Amino acid sequence: MYSDKVMDHFKNPRNVGEIENASGVGEVGNPVCGDIMNIYLKIENNIITDAKFKTFGCGAAIASSSMATELVRGKTLEEAWEVSNKAVAEALEGLPPVKMHCSVLAEEGIHKAINDYRKKQGLEPWVEKNPHSHEHESATCEH
Amino acid sequence: MSMGEKRTVYMDHSATTYVKRDVLDAMVPYFTEHFGNPSSIYHIARDSKKAIDIARAQVAKALSAEPDEIYFTSGGSESDNWAIKGVAYANKKKGNHIITTKIEHHAVIHTCEYLEKNGFEVTYLPVDKYGLVDPADLEKAITDKTVLISIMYANNEIGTIEPIAELGAIARKHKVYFHTDAVQAIGNVQIDVKAQNIDLLSLSAHKFYGPKGTGVLYIRKGTKIDNLVHGGGQERRRRAGTENIVGIVGCGKAIELVTADIEGHNKRIRALRDRLLSGIVAKIPDAYLNGHPGKRLPGNINISFEFIEGESMLLWLDDEGICASTGSACTSGSLEPSHVLLATGLPVEISHGSLRLTLGDVNTDADVDFVLEVLPKVVTRLREMSPLYHKSGKDGGCNVQ
Repeated sequence: MYSDKVMDHFKNPRNVGEIENASGVGEVGNPVCGDIMNIYLKIENNIITDAKFKTFGCGAAIASSSMATELVRGKTLEEAWEVSNKAVAEALEGLPPVKMHCSVLAEEGIHKAINDYRKKQGLEPWVEKNPHSHEHESATCEH
Repeated sequence: MSMGEKRTVYMDHSATTYVKRDVLDAMVPYFTEHFGNPSSIYHIARDSKKAIDIARAQVAKALSAEPDEIYFTSGGSESDNWAIKGVAYANKKKGNHIITTKIEHHAVIHTCEYLEKNGFEVTYLPVDKYGLVDPADLEKAITDKTVLISIMYANNEIGTIEPIAELGAIARKHKVYFHTDAVQAIGNVQIDVKAQNIDLLSLSAHKFYGPKGTGVLYIRKGTKIDNLVHGGGQERRRRAGTENIVGIVGCGKAIELVTADIEGHNKRIRALRDRLLSGIVAKIPDAYLNGHPGKRLPGNINISFEFIEGESMLLWLDDEGICASTGSACTSGSLEPSHVLLATGLPVEISHGSLRLTLGDVNTDADVDFVLEVLPKVVTRLREMSPLYHKSGKDGGCNVQ
Protein backbone atom coordinates (compact mmCIF):
# COMPACT_ATOMS: atom_id res chain seq x y z
CA MET A 1 0.00 0.00 0.00
CA TYR A 2 2.92 2.38 0.67
CA SER A 3 5.75 3.25 -1.71
CA ASP A 4 9.29 2.11 -0.93
CA LYS A 5 10.16 5.72 -0.15
CA VAL A 6 7.39 5.99 2.44
CA MET A 7 8.49 2.72 4.02
CA ASP A 8 12.10 3.91 4.05
CA HIS A 9 11.17 7.14 5.83
CA PHE A 10 8.83 5.26 8.15
CA LYS A 11 11.41 2.64 9.11
CA ASN A 12 14.41 4.99 9.16
CA PRO A 13 12.85 8.33 10.01
CA ARG A 14 15.22 11.28 9.62
CA ASN A 15 15.36 14.03 12.20
CA VAL A 16 13.38 12.44 15.03
CA GLY A 17 13.55 14.40 18.24
CA GLU A 18 13.24 17.87 19.67
CA ILE A 19 15.43 20.95 19.42
CA GLU A 20 16.20 22.59 22.71
CA ASN A 21 15.36 26.28 22.63
CA ALA A 22 13.98 25.90 19.10
CA SER A 23 13.52 29.12 17.13
CA GLY A 24 10.05 28.00 16.14
CA VAL A 25 7.72 25.16 17.12
CA GLY A 26 4.65 23.98 15.22
CA GLU A 27 2.16 21.66 16.91
CA VAL A 28 -0.59 20.36 14.63
CA GLY A 29 -3.12 17.56 14.63
CA ASN A 30 -5.33 16.05 17.25
CA PRO A 31 -5.02 12.76 19.15
CA VAL A 32 -8.72 12.19 18.54
CA CYS A 33 -7.99 12.06 14.82
CA GLY A 34 -5.07 9.72 15.35
CA ASP A 35 -2.27 12.06 14.35
CA ILE A 36 -0.23 14.76 16.06
CA MET A 37 2.90 16.33 14.63
CA ASN A 38 5.32 18.56 16.46
CA ILE A 39 7.86 20.33 14.23
CA TYR A 40 10.93 22.07 15.71
CA LEU A 41 13.02 24.51 13.67
CA LYS A 42 16.36 26.12 14.38
CA ILE A 43 16.65 29.30 12.34
CA GLU A 44 19.85 31.31 11.86
CA ASN A 45 20.08 34.34 9.54
CA ASN A 46 16.71 33.49 7.97
CA ILE A 47 17.92 29.98 7.14
CA ILE A 48 16.60 26.72 8.66
CA THR A 49 19.78 25.13 9.99
CA ASP A 50 18.04 22.27 11.77
CA ALA A 51 14.59 20.68 11.71
CA LYS A 52 13.28 17.89 13.93
CA PHE A 53 9.95 16.27 14.64
CA LYS A 54 7.96 14.13 17.01
CA THR A 55 4.88 12.42 15.64
CA PHE A 56 2.03 10.27 16.91
CA GLY A 57 0.37 8.72 13.92
CA CYS A 58 0.28 6.18 11.16
CA GLY A 59 3.10 5.20 8.81
CA ALA A 60 2.27 8.01 6.40
CA ALA A 61 2.26 10.60 9.17
CA ILE A 62 5.70 9.54 10.38
CA ALA A 63 7.11 9.40 6.83
CA SER A 64 5.60 12.81 5.98
CA SER A 65 7.19 14.37 9.07
CA SER A 66 10.53 12.85 8.21
CA MET A 67 10.39 14.02 4.58
CA ALA A 68 9.11 17.50 5.40
CA THR A 69 11.94 18.13 7.86
CA GLU A 70 14.43 16.90 5.23
CA LEU A 71 12.97 19.22 2.59
CA VAL A 72 13.11 22.41 4.65
CA ARG A 73 16.61 21.96 6.03
CA GLY A 74 19.03 24.52 4.59
CA LYS A 75 16.23 26.54 3.01
CA THR A 76 15.42 30.19 3.64
CA LEU A 77 12.14 30.81 5.42
CA GLU A 78 10.61 32.05 2.18
CA GLU A 79 11.66 28.88 0.36
CA ALA A 80 10.53 26.64 3.23
CA TRP A 81 7.13 28.35 3.27
CA GLU A 82 6.66 27.26 -0.35
CA VAL A 83 7.19 23.55 0.44
CA SER A 84 3.68 22.30 -0.18
CA ASN A 85 1.98 19.13 0.95
CA LYS A 86 2.13 18.01 -2.69
CA ALA A 87 5.90 18.43 -2.66
CA VAL A 88 6.10 16.27 0.47
CA ALA A 89 3.87 13.61 -1.08
CA GLU A 90 5.79 13.67 -4.36
CA ALA A 91 9.12 13.37 -2.60
CA LEU A 92 7.67 10.28 -0.92
CA GLU A 93 6.78 8.88 -4.36
CA GLY A 94 3.11 9.30 -3.60
CA LEU A 95 0.72 8.65 -0.74
CA PRO A 96 -2.54 6.70 -0.84
CA PRO A 97 -5.49 9.13 -1.26
CA VAL A 98 -6.78 8.51 2.28
CA LYS A 99 -3.34 9.43 3.59
CA MET A 100 -2.89 12.74 1.77
CA HIS A 101 -3.99 14.55 4.93
CA CYS A 102 -0.73 13.42 6.53
CA SER A 103 1.25 15.50 4.05
CA VAL A 104 -1.13 18.40 4.67
CA LEU A 105 -0.38 18.08 8.36
CA ALA A 106 3.37 18.24 7.63
CA GLU A 107 2.99 21.41 5.54
CA GLU A 108 0.90 22.99 8.27
CA GLY A 109 3.40 21.97 10.94
CA ILE A 110 6.21 23.70 9.05
CA HIS A 111 4.06 26.81 8.51
CA LYS A 112 3.08 26.94 12.15
CA ALA A 113 6.71 26.62 13.27
CA ILE A 114 7.78 29.41 10.88
CA ASN A 115 5.02 31.70 12.12
CA ASP A 116 5.88 30.83 15.71
CA TYR A 117 9.39 32.10 14.96
CA ARG A 118 8.08 35.22 13.20
CA LYS A 119 5.83 36.04 16.14
CA LYS A 120 8.72 35.62 18.56
CA GLN A 121 10.69 38.04 16.37
CA GLY A 122 7.85 40.57 16.53
CA LEU A 123 6.99 40.01 12.87
CA GLU A 124 3.57 39.57 11.29
CA PRO A 125 2.76 35.89 10.79
CA TRP A 126 2.45 34.91 7.15
CA VAL A 127 -1.04 34.12 5.88
CA GLU A 128 -1.83 30.68 4.49
CA LYS A 129 -2.34 31.08 0.76
CA ASN A 130 -4.31 27.88 0.38
CA PRO A 131 -5.92 27.13 3.67
CA HIS A 132 -6.72 23.41 3.91
CA SER A 133 -9.89 22.02 5.29
CA HIS A 134 -7.94 20.22 7.98
CA GLU A 135 -9.87 21.03 11.10
CA HIS A 136 -7.77 20.29 14.13
CA GLU A 137 -10.12 21.39 16.84
CA SER A 138 -13.01 19.32 15.61
CA ALA A 139 -13.49 15.88 17.07
CA THR A 140 -15.06 14.73 13.82
CA CYS A 141 -11.71 14.77 12.01
CA GLU A 142 -12.86 16.32 8.73
CA HIS A 143 -9.59 15.95 6.88
CA MET B 1 15.57 -3.28 14.96
CA SER B 2 17.59 -5.44 12.68
CA MET B 3 15.85 -7.69 10.28
CA GLY B 4 16.62 -11.26 11.20
CA GLU B 5 15.65 -14.39 9.39
CA LYS B 6 12.26 -13.99 7.79
CA ARG B 7 9.54 -15.94 9.49
CA THR B 8 5.80 -15.54 9.46
CA VAL B 9 3.81 -15.52 12.65
CA TYR B 10 0.12 -15.42 11.85
CA MET B 11 -1.95 -14.00 14.69
CA ASP B 12 -5.00 -12.77 12.82
CA HIS B 13 -7.25 -15.83 12.92
CA SER B 14 -10.32 -13.69 13.54
CA ALA B 15 -9.77 -12.11 10.13
CA THR B 16 -9.54 -15.45 8.39
CA THR B 17 -7.97 -18.87 8.71
CA TYR B 18 -6.10 -21.15 6.35
CA VAL B 19 -7.92 -24.21 5.00
CA LYS B 20 -6.93 -27.34 6.90
CA ARG B 21 -5.41 -30.17 4.89
CA ASP B 22 -8.21 -32.61 5.78
CA VAL B 23 -10.75 -30.02 4.68
CA LEU B 24 -8.98 -29.41 1.39
CA ASP B 25 -8.65 -33.15 0.75
CA ALA B 26 -12.39 -33.55 1.26
CA MET B 27 -13.09 -30.73 -1.20
CA VAL B 28 -10.79 -31.67 -4.07
CA PRO B 29 -12.85 -34.48 -5.69
CA TYR B 30 -15.80 -32.11 -6.01
CA PHE B 31 -13.81 -29.81 -8.29
CA THR B 32 -12.95 -32.45 -10.85
CA GLU B 33 -14.93 -35.68 -10.44
CA HIS B 34 -18.19 -35.04 -8.61
CA PHE B 35 -18.90 -31.73 -10.28
CA GLY B 36 -22.49 -32.47 -11.27
CA ASN B 37 -25.22 -29.91 -10.70
CA PRO B 38 -27.19 -31.33 -7.76
CA SER B 39 -30.43 -30.34 -9.47
CA SER B 40 -29.76 -32.76 -12.34
CA ILE B 41 -30.98 -36.31 -12.41
CA TYR B 42 -27.96 -38.40 -13.55
CA HIS B 43 -25.60 -40.27 -11.24
CA ILE B 44 -22.76 -37.72 -10.97
CA ALA B 45 -25.34 -35.17 -9.87
CA ARG B 46 -26.57 -37.58 -7.23
CA ASP B 47 -23.02 -37.73 -5.85
CA SER B 48 -22.92 -34.00 -5.34
CA LYS B 49 -26.42 -33.98 -3.89
CA LYS B 50 -25.32 -36.62 -1.40
CA ALA B 51 -22.24 -34.59 -0.46
CA ILE B 52 -24.40 -31.58 0.32
CA ASP B 53 -26.69 -33.68 2.48
CA ILE B 54 -23.70 -34.95 4.46
CA ALA B 55 -22.36 -31.41 4.95
CA ARG B 56 -25.79 -30.23 6.05
CA ALA B 57 -25.91 -32.98 8.64
CA GLN B 58 -22.42 -32.09 9.85
CA VAL B 59 -23.42 -28.46 10.35
CA ALA B 60 -26.69 -29.42 12.03
CA LYS B 61 -24.88 -31.66 14.49
CA ALA B 62 -22.43 -28.89 15.43
CA LEU B 63 -25.34 -26.59 16.30
CA SER B 64 -27.70 -29.19 17.80
CA ALA B 65 -30.10 -28.31 14.99
CA GLU B 66 -31.99 -30.41 12.43
CA PRO B 67 -30.44 -30.79 8.96
CA ASP B 68 -33.49 -29.21 7.30
CA GLU B 69 -32.90 -26.07 9.35
CA ILE B 70 -29.48 -25.50 7.72
CA TYR B 71 -29.13 -23.29 4.62
CA PHE B 72 -25.88 -22.71 2.79
CA THR B 73 -25.02 -19.17 1.70
CA SER B 74 -22.05 -17.30 0.25
CA GLY B 75 -20.73 -16.31 3.68
CA GLY B 76 -21.36 -14.56 6.97
CA SER B 77 -22.39 -11.27 5.40
CA GLU B 78 -25.07 -12.87 3.25
CA SER B 79 -26.33 -14.87 6.22
CA ASP B 80 -26.62 -11.73 8.36
CA ASN B 81 -28.32 -9.82 5.55
CA TRP B 82 -30.75 -12.65 4.91
CA ALA B 83 -31.64 -13.16 8.58
CA ILE B 84 -32.28 -9.48 9.25
CA LYS B 85 -33.91 -8.33 6.00
CA GLY B 86 -35.74 -11.62 5.61
CA VAL B 87 -37.35 -11.56 9.06
CA ALA B 88 -37.95 -7.79 8.97
CA TYR B 89 -39.87 -7.87 5.69
CA ALA B 90 -41.75 -11.12 6.38
CA ASN B 91 -43.04 -9.79 9.69
CA LYS B 92 -43.71 -6.21 8.69
CA LYS B 93 -47.39 -6.53 9.46
CA LYS B 94 -46.61 -7.40 13.06
CA GLY B 95 -44.16 -4.55 13.59
CA ASN B 96 -41.23 -2.55 12.32
CA HIS B 97 -38.87 -2.57 15.31
CA ILE B 98 -35.52 -4.34 15.44
CA ILE B 99 -33.13 -4.54 18.39
CA THR B 100 -29.40 -5.02 17.94
CA THR B 101 -26.23 -3.72 19.64
CA LYS B 102 -23.61 -1.06 19.07
CA ILE B 103 -20.84 -3.64 18.72
CA GLU B 104 -22.17 -5.81 15.90
CA HIS B 105 -20.21 -6.59 12.77
CA HIS B 106 -20.85 -4.16 9.92
CA ALA B 107 -22.80 -6.89 8.12
CA VAL B 108 -25.44 -6.44 10.84
CA ILE B 109 -25.10 -2.72 11.58
CA HIS B 110 -25.17 -1.59 7.94
CA THR B 111 -28.08 -3.91 7.19
CA CYS B 112 -30.01 -2.36 10.07
CA GLU B 113 -29.12 1.14 8.86
CA TYR B 114 -30.45 0.19 5.43
CA LEU B 115 -33.71 -0.95 7.00
CA GLU B 116 -33.95 2.32 8.94
CA LYS B 117 -34.05 4.09 5.59
CA ASN B 118 -36.89 1.81 4.58
CA GLY B 119 -39.38 2.36 7.35
CA PHE B 120 -37.94 0.26 10.15
CA GLU B 121 -36.88 1.45 13.58
CA VAL B 122 -33.74 0.06 15.16
CA THR B 123 -32.57 0.17 18.77
CA TYR B 124 -28.79 -0.20 19.17
CA LEU B 125 -28.21 -1.51 22.70
CA PRO B 126 -25.21 -0.16 24.59
CA VAL B 127 -22.55 -2.39 26.14
CA ASP B 128 -20.58 -2.07 29.36
CA LYS B 129 -16.83 -1.40 29.47
CA TYR B 130 -16.16 -5.07 28.75
CA GLY B 131 -18.44 -5.14 25.74
CA LEU B 132 -21.23 -7.07 27.49
CA VAL B 133 -24.90 -6.49 26.71
CA ASP B 134 -27.10 -6.24 29.81
CA PRO B 135 -30.09 -8.62 29.44
CA ALA B 136 -32.20 -6.11 31.41
CA ASP B 137 -31.50 -3.51 28.70
CA LEU B 138 -32.75 -5.93 26.08
CA GLU B 139 -35.94 -6.65 27.96
CA LYS B 140 -36.62 -2.94 28.42
CA ALA B 141 -36.11 -2.25 24.72
CA ILE B 142 -38.71 -4.78 23.53
CA THR B 143 -42.01 -3.25 22.40
CA ASP B 144 -45.11 -4.76 20.81
CA LYS B 145 -43.61 -3.69 17.47
CA THR B 146 -40.37 -5.65 17.92
CA VAL B 147 -40.00 -8.40 15.32
CA LEU B 148 -36.31 -9.27 15.59
CA ILE B 149 -33.42 -9.20 18.05
CA SER B 150 -29.92 -9.64 16.59
CA ILE B 151 -27.02 -9.93 19.04
CA MET B 152 -23.66 -11.42 18.18
CA TYR B 153 -22.48 -14.52 20.02
CA ALA B 154 -18.90 -13.30 20.42
CA ASN B 155 -17.35 -10.05 19.28
CA ASN B 156 -14.81 -10.18 16.46
CA GLU B 157 -12.65 -7.34 17.79
CA ILE B 158 -12.53 -7.63 21.56
CA GLY B 159 -13.56 -11.29 21.83
CA THR B 160 -16.28 -10.72 24.44
CA ILE B 161 -18.76 -13.60 24.65
CA GLU B 162 -22.33 -12.40 25.18
CA PRO B 163 -24.81 -14.14 27.54
CA ILE B 164 -26.61 -15.66 24.55
CA ALA B 165 -28.76 -18.23 26.37
CA GLU B 166 -30.05 -15.55 28.71
CA LEU B 167 -30.73 -13.11 25.87
CA GLY B 168 -32.37 -15.89 23.85
CA ALA B 169 -34.66 -16.73 26.78
CA ILE B 170 -35.83 -13.11 26.96
CA ALA B 171 -36.54 -13.08 23.23
CA ARG B 172 -38.49 -16.33 23.57
CA LYS B 173 -40.47 -15.01 26.54
CA HIS B 174 -41.60 -12.03 24.45
CA LYS B 175 -42.12 -14.16 21.31
CA VAL B 176 -39.59 -12.16 19.28
CA TYR B 177 -37.27 -13.86 16.78
CA PHE B 178 -33.68 -14.08 17.99
CA HIS B 179 -30.75 -14.01 15.54
CA THR B 180 -27.10 -14.33 16.51
CA ASP B 181 -24.00 -13.82 14.40
CA ALA B 182 -21.87 -16.72 15.62
CA VAL B 183 -19.14 -16.28 13.03
CA GLN B 184 -16.41 -15.88 15.67
CA ALA B 185 -17.93 -18.15 18.29
CA ILE B 186 -18.18 -21.50 16.53
CA GLY B 187 -15.53 -23.94 17.70
CA ASN B 188 -14.83 -21.85 20.77
CA VAL B 189 -18.11 -22.23 22.65
CA GLN B 190 -20.71 -24.98 22.78
CA ILE B 191 -23.59 -23.83 20.61
CA ASP B 192 -26.99 -25.43 21.10
CA VAL B 193 -29.70 -23.57 19.21
CA LYS B 194 -32.47 -25.38 21.06
CA ALA B 195 -31.19 -24.92 24.60
CA GLN B 196 -30.09 -21.34 23.87
CA ASN B 197 -33.37 -20.30 22.20
CA ILE B 198 -31.70 -19.23 18.98
CA ASP B 199 -34.04 -18.87 15.97
CA LEU B 200 -31.45 -17.79 13.39
CA LEU B 201 -27.66 -18.12 13.43
CA SER B 202 -24.96 -17.03 10.96
CA LEU B 203 -21.67 -18.80 10.25
CA SER B 204 -18.78 -18.29 7.84
CA ALA B 205 -16.60 -21.25 6.87
CA HIS B 206 -13.34 -19.33 6.42
CA LYS B 207 -13.30 -18.40 10.11
CA PHE B 208 -13.01 -22.04 11.14
CA TYR B 209 -10.42 -23.47 8.74
CA GLY B 210 -12.88 -23.89 5.88
CA PRO B 211 -12.93 -22.15 2.51
CA LYS B 212 -13.89 -18.54 1.82
CA GLY B 213 -17.16 -17.92 0.00
CA THR B 214 -19.31 -20.35 1.99
CA GLY B 215 -21.55 -19.55 4.92
CA VAL B 216 -24.51 -20.93 6.79
CA LEU B 217 -27.79 -19.57 8.02
CA TYR B 218 -29.59 -21.73 10.54
CA ILE B 219 -33.32 -21.00 10.44
CA ARG B 220 -35.49 -22.64 13.08
CA LYS B 221 -38.41 -24.55 11.61
CA GLY B 222 -41.52 -22.37 11.43
CA THR B 223 -39.64 -19.04 11.34
CA LYS B 224 -41.35 -16.51 9.10
CA ILE B 225 -38.65 -15.23 6.75
CA ASP B 226 -38.54 -13.87 3.20
CA ASN B 227 -35.95 -14.98 0.67
CA LEU B 228 -32.97 -12.75 0.00
CA VAL B 229 -31.66 -14.37 -3.18
CA HIS B 230 -34.49 -15.08 -5.62
CA GLY B 231 -34.23 -17.51 -8.50
CA GLY B 232 -34.09 -21.29 -8.77
CA GLY B 233 -35.42 -23.75 -6.25
CA GLN B 234 -32.18 -24.61 -4.48
CA GLU B 235 -31.94 -24.95 -0.70
CA ARG B 236 -35.57 -26.04 -0.46
CA ARG B 237 -36.69 -22.95 -2.39
CA ARG B 238 -35.20 -20.63 0.21
CA ARG B 239 -31.89 -19.62 -1.39
CA ALA B 240 -31.48 -19.61 -5.15
CA GLY B 241 -28.24 -20.31 -7.00
CA THR B 242 -26.42 -23.49 -7.97
CA GLU B 243 -24.87 -24.89 -4.84
CA ASN B 244 -21.20 -24.19 -4.18
CA ILE B 245 -20.59 -27.90 -3.69
CA VAL B 246 -16.87 -27.59 -3.07
CA GLY B 247 -17.39 -24.86 -0.48
CA ILE B 248 -20.26 -26.68 1.17
CA VAL B 249 -18.26 -29.91 1.46
CA GLY B 250 -15.36 -27.93 2.95
CA CYS B 251 -17.69 -26.15 5.36
CA GLY B 252 -19.13 -29.45 6.57
CA LYS B 253 -15.75 -31.06 7.10
CA ALA B 254 -14.34 -27.95 8.78
CA ILE B 255 -17.21 -27.61 11.24
CA GLU B 256 -16.94 -31.28 12.14
CA LEU B 257 -13.24 -30.83 12.94
CA VAL B 258 -13.58 -27.55 14.81
CA THR B 259 -16.37 -28.80 17.07
CA ALA B 260 -14.90 -32.26 17.70
CA ASP B 261 -12.97 -31.21 20.82
CA ILE B 262 -13.87 -27.66 21.77
CA GLU B 263 -12.64 -28.02 25.33
CA GLY B 264 -9.25 -29.43 24.36
CA HIS B 265 -8.76 -26.81 21.67
CA ASN B 266 -9.68 -24.01 24.06
CA LYS B 267 -7.32 -25.27 26.72
CA ARG B 268 -4.36 -25.26 24.33
CA ILE B 269 -5.12 -21.90 22.71
CA ARG B 270 -6.00 -20.24 26.00
CA ALA B 271 -2.69 -21.32 27.55
CA LEU B 272 -0.76 -19.74 24.66
CA ARG B 273 -2.92 -16.61 24.75
CA ASP B 274 -2.60 -16.17 28.49
CA ARG B 275 1.17 -16.49 28.38
CA LEU B 276 1.33 -13.95 25.56
CA LEU B 277 -0.97 -11.54 27.35
CA SER B 278 0.78 -11.68 30.70
CA GLY B 279 4.12 -11.30 28.92
CA ILE B 280 2.93 -8.20 27.08
CA VAL B 281 1.52 -6.61 30.22
CA ALA B 282 4.72 -7.40 32.16
CA LYS B 283 7.02 -6.01 29.47
CA ILE B 284 5.07 -2.97 28.26
CA PRO B 285 3.82 -0.27 30.62
CA ASP B 286 0.65 1.72 29.92
CA ALA B 287 -1.04 -1.20 28.15
CA TYR B 288 -4.72 -1.91 28.71
CA LEU B 289 -6.68 -5.02 27.81
CA ASN B 290 -9.89 -4.34 25.91
CA GLY B 291 -12.82 -6.72 26.33
CA HIS B 292 -13.73 -8.98 29.23
CA PRO B 293 -10.92 -10.65 31.23
CA GLY B 294 -12.77 -13.96 31.49
CA LYS B 295 -15.76 -14.02 29.14
CA ARG B 296 -13.69 -13.84 25.98
CA LEU B 297 -12.73 -16.01 23.03
CA PRO B 298 -9.75 -18.22 23.96
CA GLY B 299 -7.50 -16.91 21.18
CA ASN B 300 -8.30 -13.21 21.45
CA ILE B 301 -6.09 -10.41 22.74
CA ASN B 302 -7.14 -6.83 22.15
CA ILE B 303 -4.86 -4.41 23.90
CA SER B 304 -4.31 -0.67 23.72
CA PHE B 305 -0.91 0.94 24.08
CA GLU B 306 -1.05 4.53 25.13
CA PHE B 307 0.74 7.27 23.13
CA ILE B 308 1.07 5.34 19.86
CA GLU B 309 -1.06 4.64 16.81
CA GLY B 310 -2.06 1.20 15.62
CA GLU B 311 -1.16 1.27 11.94
CA SER B 312 2.46 2.19 12.57
CA MET B 313 2.57 -0.71 15.03
CA LEU B 314 1.22 -3.11 12.40
CA LEU B 315 3.76 -1.94 9.82
CA TRP B 316 6.65 -2.68 12.16
CA LEU B 317 5.17 -6.01 13.21
CA ASP B 318 4.67 -6.93 9.55
CA ASP B 319 8.28 -6.01 8.89
CA GLU B 320 9.21 -8.65 11.45
CA GLY B 321 6.78 -11.15 9.91
CA ILE B 322 3.98 -10.81 12.46
CA CYS B 323 0.42 -10.54 11.06
CA ALA B 324 -1.99 -8.70 13.37
CA SER B 325 -4.72 -6.07 13.17
CA THR B 326 -5.81 -2.85 14.86
CA GLY B 327 -8.92 -0.86 15.69
CA SER B 328 -7.23 2.35 14.62
CA ALA B 329 -8.94 4.42 11.96
CA CYS B 330 -5.78 4.60 9.94
CA THR B 331 -6.11 1.12 8.50
CA SER B 332 -9.78 1.23 7.69
CA GLY B 333 -9.90 4.10 5.22
CA SER B 334 -12.32 5.92 7.49
CA LEU B 335 -11.15 8.38 10.09
CA GLU B 336 -13.12 6.97 12.97
CA PRO B 337 -11.54 4.29 15.11
CA SER B 338 -13.34 1.02 15.87
CA HIS B 339 -17.02 1.44 16.73
CA VAL B 340 -16.64 -1.50 19.11
CA LEU B 341 -13.87 0.10 21.18
CA LEU B 342 -15.75 3.40 21.25
CA ALA B 343 -18.91 1.59 22.41
CA THR B 344 -16.99 0.21 25.40
CA GLY B 345 -16.23 3.80 26.38
CA LEU B 346 -12.56 3.68 25.45
CA PRO B 347 -11.29 7.22 24.68
CA VAL B 348 -10.80 7.85 20.97
CA GLU B 349 -7.07 8.50 21.25
CA ILE B 350 -6.51 5.20 23.06
CA SER B 351 -8.68 3.36 20.55
CA HIS B 352 -6.19 4.46 17.88
CA GLY B 353 -3.49 2.55 19.74
CA SER B 354 -5.21 -0.82 19.86
CA LEU B 355 -3.70 -4.07 18.68
CA ARG B 356 -5.62 -7.28 18.06
CA LEU B 357 -3.78 -10.59 18.17
CA THR B 358 -5.96 -13.64 17.51
CA LEU B 359 -4.33 -17.00 18.01
CA GLY B 360 -5.30 -20.18 16.24
CA ASP B 361 -4.26 -23.72 15.52
CA VAL B 362 -0.97 -22.82 13.79
CA ASN B 363 0.42 -20.90 16.72
CA THR B 364 3.12 -22.36 18.95
CA ASP B 365 5.08 -21.43 22.05
CA ALA B 366 7.85 -20.22 19.76
CA ASP B 367 5.40 -17.77 18.13
CA VAL B 368 4.47 -16.39 21.54
CA ASP B 369 8.16 -15.97 22.43
CA PHE B 370 8.80 -14.20 19.14
CA VAL B 371 5.96 -11.72 19.59
CA LEU B 372 7.10 -11.08 23.16
CA GLU B 373 10.56 -10.32 21.83
CA VAL B 374 9.45 -8.04 18.98
CA LEU B 375 6.40 -6.17 20.29
CA PRO B 376 8.03 -4.34 23.24
CA LYS B 377 10.74 -3.02 20.87
CA VAL B 378 8.11 -1.78 18.41
CA VAL B 379 6.11 -0.03 21.12
CA THR B 380 9.23 1.56 22.64
CA ARG B 381 10.43 2.79 19.28
CA LEU B 382 7.11 4.42 18.41
CA ARG B 383 6.73 5.91 21.85
CA GLU B 384 10.18 7.48 21.58
CA MET B 385 8.99 9.50 18.62
CA SER B 386 5.54 10.27 20.03
CA PRO B 387 4.96 13.81 21.31
CA LEU B 388 2.25 12.43 23.62
CA TYR B 389 4.65 10.11 25.38
CA HIS B 390 7.05 12.93 26.14
CA LYS B 391 4.30 15.17 27.40
CA SER B 392 2.95 12.49 29.69
CA GLY B 393 6.26 12.64 31.51
CA LYS B 394 6.30 8.86 31.60
CA ASP B 395 9.63 8.54 29.81
CA GLY B 396 11.41 9.54 32.98
CA GLY B 397 12.66 12.72 31.37
CA CYS B 398 11.51 16.26 31.76
CA ASN B 399 7.87 17.11 31.57
CA VAL B 400 7.46 19.98 29.15
CA GLN B 401 3.82 20.58 29.97
